[in-house]
Amino acid sequence: MVMTMVSIVPEITRRSITELIRKGERADGRSPDDYRDIELEVGIIEKAEGSARVKMGNTQIMIGIKPQIGEPFADTPNVGVLMTNSELLPMASPTFEPGPPDERSVELARVTDRCLREGKVIDLEKLCIIEGEKVWMIFLDLHVLDYDGNLMDAAVLGSVAAILNTKIPTAKVENDKIVIDEENFMELPIKETPLMCTFAKIGGELVIDPSLDEENIMDARISIGMREDGSICAMQKGGEMPFTNEEIIKAIGITSQKTGELRKHLK
Amino acid sequence: MAVIRCRYNMAPFSVGERKRPGPDRRSVEISKITADALRPAVFLEKFPRSTIDVFIEILEAEGGTRCAGITAASVALADAGIPMRDLVVSCAAGKAGGNVILDLSEDEDKDGEADLPVAIMPRTSEITLLQMDGHLTPDEFDRALDLAVEGCKKINETQKEAIRNRYGDDNG
Repeated sequence: MVMTMVSIVPEITRRSITELIRKGERADGRSPDDYRDIELEVGIIEKAEGSARVKMGNTQIMIGIKPQIGEPFADTPNVGVLMTNSELLPMASPTFEPGPPDERSVELARVTDRCLREGKVIDLEKLCIIEGEKVWMIFLDLHVLDYDGNLMDAAVLGSVAAILNTKIPTAKVENDKIVIDEENFMELPIKETPLMCTFAKIGGELVIDPSLDEENIMDARISIGMREDGSICAMQKGGEMPFTNEEIIKAIGITSQKTGELRKHLK
Repeated sequence: MAVIRCRYNMAPFSVGERKRPGPDRRSVEISKITADALRPAVFLEKFPRSTIDVFIEILEAEGGTRCAGITAASVALADAGIPMRDLVVSCAAGKAGGNVILDLSEDEDKDGEADLPVAIMPRTSEITLLQMDGHLTPDEFDRALDLAVEGCKKINETQKEAIRNRYGDDNG
């Protein structure tokens, strides 16, 4: 258990947000199934082999990708490695503190990682250089610049965009030695483009892409990762209250429609 | 008196070889000298029992990040409405290829002979940061310091412009 600062929401704010949602409206004028405005830019960090900046409303994440050559895991000797890390920067929120990653940061990195890994974004077998000895390790770093709710959907969208934008040097094996060709770059081998939708449960209703004000008062949260074919690749429930079976099924239905809309930002 | 704390932090993807997240000795030192550089400008006595936290995130590094950090942090303090005697502006001079030059790039710093980051309060030209590594004769140091101060004064115009663009008469 890590101690973190929590926001205390006045009862009047809680009531007004909840009342609006019960009427099918939201404090910022959206309908329950609306995302905030999304901005996505790629290739903005020259030093990174791939990068993206994503904004969902005022939530803003910078994503950078760096490759390194390393050893594969013993149980998957011919498979490259994807490592996802996140930093919740203190400038992004008064509740984020400097220091080692807290629970929220670890959850964000792990859920993003799961969605990318199980969603099979990168064909990691193509990143093997010498079986059992050397593979490409792809480091994906989430740098959270501004926090106004729903980090997970922004993180997955930005990560997929950054991965699609990535070019790594080519590595060849000559006389049992690895030669890195810094002149010829290759794109990462892409298989799928999974995306994630997050819903907050407030006043018994589900709203997509919760803002920070909504997250602060939500009873529960459900995030669903989905591939283009509609199959589910990752899920994460959060918050203190339960969901019903029907609520989850409903959220999956909306996710299949909304991930389609989010995917348009990748082009 | 208020306390100023600073954290200078590099994104893992900001440099050629991925930097492991978290503070290293270099960023701890830069955090300290940044806070030291900013402190003289702020009316700390106006904020007893307060802390002012300054967070600097380096998203991409190509030489001169500490100077850019101090320069931007000072504008951010003004943006936060914190009363100050003056802005603080920073710029490095140095020596590369035998010449005294301004604002060393990453390659010039790596292959160069000396690096001299300086921060000043431009109204009085008082120096709030001075570091040097490398090798300079006293005459070269004189020239490098003058060049750095000149560079600072140029950058100060950009700082003032940024504040004017946000708060100037045209924007109410």
